[in-house]
Amino acid sequence: MLYSEKVMEHFNNPRNVGVIEDADGVGEVGNPVCGDMMKITIKVDDTDHITDVKFQTLGCGAAIATSSIVTEMARGLTVQDAVAISKQQVADELGGLPPAKMHCSVLATDGLKVAVDDYLKRHGREPIAGEIKSSDPNFDPHGDEDHGHEHDAADHVHDNAGPDGECSVCCQQI
Amino acid sequence: MTTYFDYAATTPVDERVLEEMLPYFSEKFGNANSLYAIGRDAYRAVEGARESVAKSINAERPDEVIFTAGGTESDNTALYGILTRIAPDGGAHLIVSAFEHHAILEPAHALEKAGYELTILKPREDGHINPDDLRAAMRPNTKLVSIMHANNEIGTINDIKALAEVAHEGGALFHTDAAQTLGKIPFDVQELGVDAASFSSHKIYGPKGFGALYLKKRIPFTAYLKGGGQEFKKRSGTQNTPGAIGFAKALEIMLAEQPAEMARLAHLRDKLITGVTSALENTEATTLVEPRLPHIASLLIKGVEGEAMLLQLDNKGISVSTGSACSSGSLEPSHVLLSIGCPPEIAHGSLRVSLGRFTTEEDIDFFLEVFPPIVERLRSMSPVYARMFGSK
Repeated sequence: MLYSEKVMEHFNNPRNVGVIEDADGVGEVGNPVCGDMMKITIKVDDTDHITDVKFQTLGCGAAIATSSIVTEMARGLTVQDAVAISKQQVADELGGLPPAKMHCSVLATDGLKVAVDDYLKRHGREPIAGEIKSSDPNFDPHGDEDHGHEHDAADHVHDNAGPDGECSVCCQQI
Repeated sequence: MTTYFDYAATTPVDERVLEEMLPYFSEKFGNANSLYAIGRDAYRAVEGARESVAKSINAERPDEVIFTAGGTESDNTALYGILTRIAPDGGAHLIVSAFEHHAILEPAHALEKAGYELTILKPREDGHINPDDLRAAMRPNTKLVSIMHANNEIGTINDIKALAEVAHEGGALFHTDAAQTLGKIPFDVQELGVDAASFSSHKIYGPKGFGALYLKKRIPFTAYLKGGGQEFKKRSGTQNTPGAIGFAKALEIMLAEQPAEMARLAHLRDKLITGVTSALENTEATTLVEPRLPHIASLLIKGVEGEAMLLQLDNKGISVSTGSACSSGSLEPSHVLLSIGCPPEIAHGSLRVSLGRFTTEEDIDFFLEVFPPIVERLRSMSPVYARMFGSK
């Protein structure tokens, strides 16, 4: 399994690592059972633009690289544009991800969405990102799966597909 | 400059082995089944290798050693070949351990689907299979038990002699996957009492794509690979003459160097484990319960993910392996670690450092210099490390 040069660059020199102490929005996704956890903190100005964004990640090369790139992509965007960033865009921005690692890019966009919704909720506004399963710390993305040898990928995707029609949890199974 | 610490995954072919093999590629290239001179030369070479291997494992007769294309083939052959001969229509009971290599687990699951009964026996938390637990799992129709001699991830050595006795008491045959032990620690088929055993050449500085299966005489067996009837009709296919020569030579060297290497590697392994666990908090060896292989150091580094550590070490030219799900392609962390009760979140932070013939004290020192800062940096990037372990 090979990572692109850009993925390795972001893994070795991640951008925006850290925590914004007085953040306007905090998004925590993933869980240690999966081995991937991400915390994104954002600062938003009164025109809904993201002025600062930082991340912390526990995870593999792709997890760290996708977190790093998503913070770069989100900086300066409105919160509406930020939640529209898709996992494919994240992967493309990194020069592609191996299929088994696409779910890491989902975690990165999920983290940003949860942070944005947190900001909106704090201001009494409606959340816009929809249900994010990975923000539930007890969510086991493989809990409803048959771990046997005849796992039906098509059924799994159907059961877990998000509004964009793709499995938001482990789309590498496709 | 590279520092190779993944000898349990594979080994370089020793130059003494390569030298021994070379004439058999393009000079003495004959088909060992042919009647003319170069054929007979090849035949003698293969049979000479067979005798050498049989002697090395203390088999009663050379024809108890069947050459194969590797450990995986030997494992598949042992399970299918023995079980389908004893019970051609299914129904027999097979027991394998939960921390076997996939080359045993996959055929075991396939046999279960084909109508055999299967029990997956868990190790105790110390990483060993307990003979009493095997005894409790035996049934009147148990015909074959397969338990690895030592585990390739955590390095624990099972008491094969006791386990084989339990199997025999219960009327079953006993096979062991000895890919990680042949040549590295004493292995005597008569002393252990096994009926079958799998071996892998590329784990002992021999060529890849070659292995062997010890099959005690008169063990019921149906050939898995059928064809020209080679290997006493037990494994067809033109013999891999250089492979056999290489494997036999590799094993000969392992045995000659074994006592010194066991001591040397155990010392280096312990230096590494002690060095890591004393330099880093929330870090421990997976198990220290003996007996263990002298060359495997299995570590659990809490709050860090394995693939990230592996890549950072790779930046420094260091090669290791990890039990993390992220690196396995299946999203499941190591089944071995899960089988000994390791929680998944800890299994993701596992690292296996395995040493070998060319590992030096300087390599250990380099690892100890480079590894702690990597872990500390990754922990500082983690959203949960401070919370989970109460410190930075």
